[in-house]
Amino acid sequence: MKKKILTTIKLFLILTLLVGIIYPLFISAISMLFFSHQADGSMISLDGKIVGSKLIGQKFTSGKYFWSRPSAIDYNPFPSGASNLAPTSAKLKQLYVNRKENFAKSNFIKNSSLIPNEMLFASGSGVDPHITPASAFLQVDRICNSRNFNTTQKEELIKLITRIIENPQIGFFGESRINVLMLNMELDKIK
Amino acid sequence: MIPFNEIIQVVIFIIGLIIAAPLFGGYISKLLSGEKNILTPVFGKVESLIYKSAGINPSEEMDWKKYTFSILIFSFTGIILLTVIQLIQSILPLNPQKLSNVEFTLAVNTAISFVTNTNWQSYAGETSLSYFVQMIGLTVQNFVSAATGIAVLLALTRGLVTRQGNSLGNFWVDLVRSTLYLLVPLSAIFAIVLVSQGVVQSFSSYKEITTLEGYKQIIPLGPAASQIAIKQLGTNGGGFFNTNSAFPFENPTPLTNFLQMFSILLIPASLVFTFGKLIGSKKQAWIIFFVMMIVLVLGLIVSTYSEYSTNNIFHTSGLMEGKETRIGILNSVLWSTATTAASNGSVNAMHSSLSPLAGLVAMFNIQLGEIIFGGVGSGLYGMLLFILITVFISGLMIGRTPEYLGKKIDAFEIKWAIVAILLPNTVILLFSALALRTNAGLSSLANSGPHGFSEILYAFSSAAGNNGSAFAGLNANTVFYNLMMGVGMLIGRFGVIIPCMAIAGNLVKKNITPASKGTLQTDNFLFALLLLGVIFIVGALTFFPALSLGPLLEHLLMNNGITF
Repeated sequence: MKKKILTTIKLFLILTLLVGIIYPLFISAISMLFFSHQADGSMISLDGKIVGSKLIGQKFTSGKYFWSRPSAIDYNPFPSGASNLAPTSAKLKQLYVNRKENFAKSNFIKNSSLIPNEMLFASGSGVDPHITPASAFLQVDRICNSRNFNTTQKEELIKLITRIIENPQIGFFGESRINVLMLNMELDKIK
Repeated sequence: MIPFNEIIQVVIFIIGLIIAAPLFGGYISKLLSGEKNILTPVFGKVESLIYKSAGINPSEEMDWKKYTFSILIFSFTGIILLTVIQLIQSILPLNPQKLSNVEFTLAVNTAISFVTNTNWQSYAGETSLSYFVQMIGLTVQNFVSAATGIAVLLALTRGLVTRQGNSLGNFWVDLVRSTLYLLVPLSAIFAIVLVSQGVVQSFSSYKEITTLEGYKQIIPLGPAASQIAIKQLGTNGGGFFNTNSAFPFENPTPLTNFLQMFSILLIPASLVFTFGKLIGSKKQAWIIFFVMMIVLVLGLIVSTYSEYSTNNIFHTSGLMEGKETRIGILNSVLWSTATTAASNGSVNAMHSSLSPLAGLVAMFNIQLGEIIFGGVGSGLYGMLLFILITVFISGLMIGRTPEYLGKKIDAFEIKWAIVAILLPNTVILLFSALALRTNAGLSSLANSGPHGFSEILYAFSSAAGNNGSAFAGLNANTVFYNLMMGVGMLIGRFGVIIPCMAIAGNLVKKNITPASKGTLQTDNFLFALLLLGVIFIVGALTFFPALSLGPLLEHLLMNNGITF
C-alpha cells in the first residue's frame, strides 16, 4: 500500500514535469520564435503607445466612431462575461427595445428592422471585436455628420469599409465581418 | 434562411469526421499497443525512463481490482495535490496578478472537476487562478484525466477479447502511453496552430491600456494555447478565460473555431475504430459510429431549426445574444451540439441564451449519458454498457442466451451496467429536486420561470455527465453548489468507472464461444436500431418529465410571446 502510494506520487510528479512544465514551455518557446506578436496578445500601437489588442473589442460611445456591439461587461474583460439572459427574458426584451430605438435614432435610420441582430444583442465574450459589414454601413451617416465630412470624404469612408471587410477564412469558414478598432483607427486617418 | 457557406461548414465537419475517425482510430491502436511507431524514436526512451524513475514494472499484469485501485489512488492523489496548490497559490510563483488563495470549497470543486474530466468552472480563470495553477495544476489534469478514460476503455476491451484470463493490462502503462504517444504530440501541434491564429501564450502580467476613445481596459493574458489544445482534444472543456472559446484570445478566428470543434470529437470518434481494431471487427465499429452519428445529426437538426425559427417575443430569428460575430449562428449550434454530445463542455456561445430547443438538445445530449461520442474513452465505455443492455433485452425477446463478441452476458454484467447507467441519472434528478426545494439552491438563479428551472437541471446534468458546460447565469460559486456539484461529478465519474471495471473483471474470465446461427448479430443495422431504441427509451423515460418543465415549457411559452 505504502509502495503503491509512493509510486503514484512519483509518477504524478514526473507527468507534471512533462506535461505541466516542459510541454507548455516548449509551446512558449516555439511561439516566441515564430509568432511572438500573436502569443503576446496581438497588441496594436499608435504613435508608439499600445492602444489595445486587435482581438479584444473596445467601447466606443462618441458619435465620431463606429460603435461596437453591446457588452454585458462594458468591454472590461476582467473577467470576460455575457448576460446569460434567456430567450424569454423580459429584461433582455427591454434591453433589445431600448438598443433598437437608440441605434435607429442616433444613426438616422428610419426602418429599424434593417439593424442587424448583433448590434441589438450582447456578445458571448463581452469583447467581440467585430460587427457585420451591414452594421458598419448603417453608421456612416452619423459619422460623416459628426466629423463634418464632405462627399469625397464620405466616399472615401465607404471605400474604407469595403476594403477592411474580413471575408470568411479560406473562402467559407465563419462570417464576413469588420474589426471595429481597426476600422476606427483607419477612420482617424481620413483627412 | 441558413446562409450557404454555413451549410458547407457543417458538411465538411461531418464528412471530415467520417474520413478521419477510421484512419486515425486504426493508428491509435498502434500507438497504444507498444508496437513500434513513428514516435518510438522520440518517446521510446522517455517512456522507459518514466517507468524506471517511478519504480513501475511495465510488464506487471493487473486484475480488475488492482487496475481499479490504481485508477482511484491516482485520481485522488490528483484531487488532493490540485486542491493544495490552489489553497496556497499566493505564495507560489507565476502569479503576476498577485491573485489571492482560492476559497476551500471552490478549490475542492475545481480539483474534482478537472480530475473527473468534467471541467465545470465555478470560477473565472482570469480573475481567480494564477498561471502556476492553470499550467502546472489544470493542464496536467487535462492530460491525465483524458488518459485515464482511455485506460478504462482499453481495460474493458481486454475483458472482451481475452479468453479465460485474469489480467486487464497495466494501468500505469496505459496512462503513460496514452499521454505520451497520443495526447502530447497532437496537443503540441494544435497549440502551435492556435498561437499562429492569435491564441495567447504569455507569462507577462495583464496589459492595462487606454483605448482609442480613452477608456481604461485590462487585457488578461496567460499561457493559454498549451492548455486550450488539450482542453479540446481531451474532451475536458475548461476554459483558460471565463467565457471559454467565445473569448477571442481563446478562439480568435473562424479557422480556430472549426479546428477546435473538430478536435472535440476527433479522439472520441477515432477510439470507436481503435476498439474495432482491437476486437478484430471493423463492422462492429461502424455500427457504433453510425448510432453515435445519427444522434449527433438529429440533435444538430433540431438545434438549427430552433435557432433559425422566429422567436415570438423578439419577432426575429437567429438571436445573437451570447454569440460572437466571427462565429455566427450555425457554428454556435454546431458547437453546442458537439460539445454536449462529447463530454467536452467548452462553449463558443452562451448556452443559456440559446433558443429553448437548442438548449434542450444540449441538455439531453448530456443526459443520454455522454455516449454520443462522449468523453475520450469514457464515451465508448459508456456506450458499451448500453450495448450490453441492448444485447440482454434482445436476448430475452428471442429467447437466447445473450452474448456480445462471443462472451456470455449474465446477470452480473447487467446489474453493474444498470448501476452505472442509473447512478448519474439519479444524481441529476435528486440533486436538482433538492436545489429546487432549498433557499441555497434557488438563490443562485439568474433567470426566472422555466429557464430558472433549466439552469439547475443543466448544472446537475453537466456534473453527473462530466460535461462541464452550463446555463451560466446560475451563480455556482456558493458552498451549496460547490459541494453538491463536487459530489455529483465524483459519482458521475467513478460511479461509471468502477462498474465498468467490475464488468471487465468478470468478462475476462469467460471463454469466447464462436458465433452460431442462434447468435444475435451485433454488427448490422437491426442491432443499430435496437441500440438507438434502448438509448432513447432510457434517456426519454428518465428525463422527459423534467425537460417538459424546463426547455419544452419555455419553448411553448415563447411561442405565445410570454416573458419572465
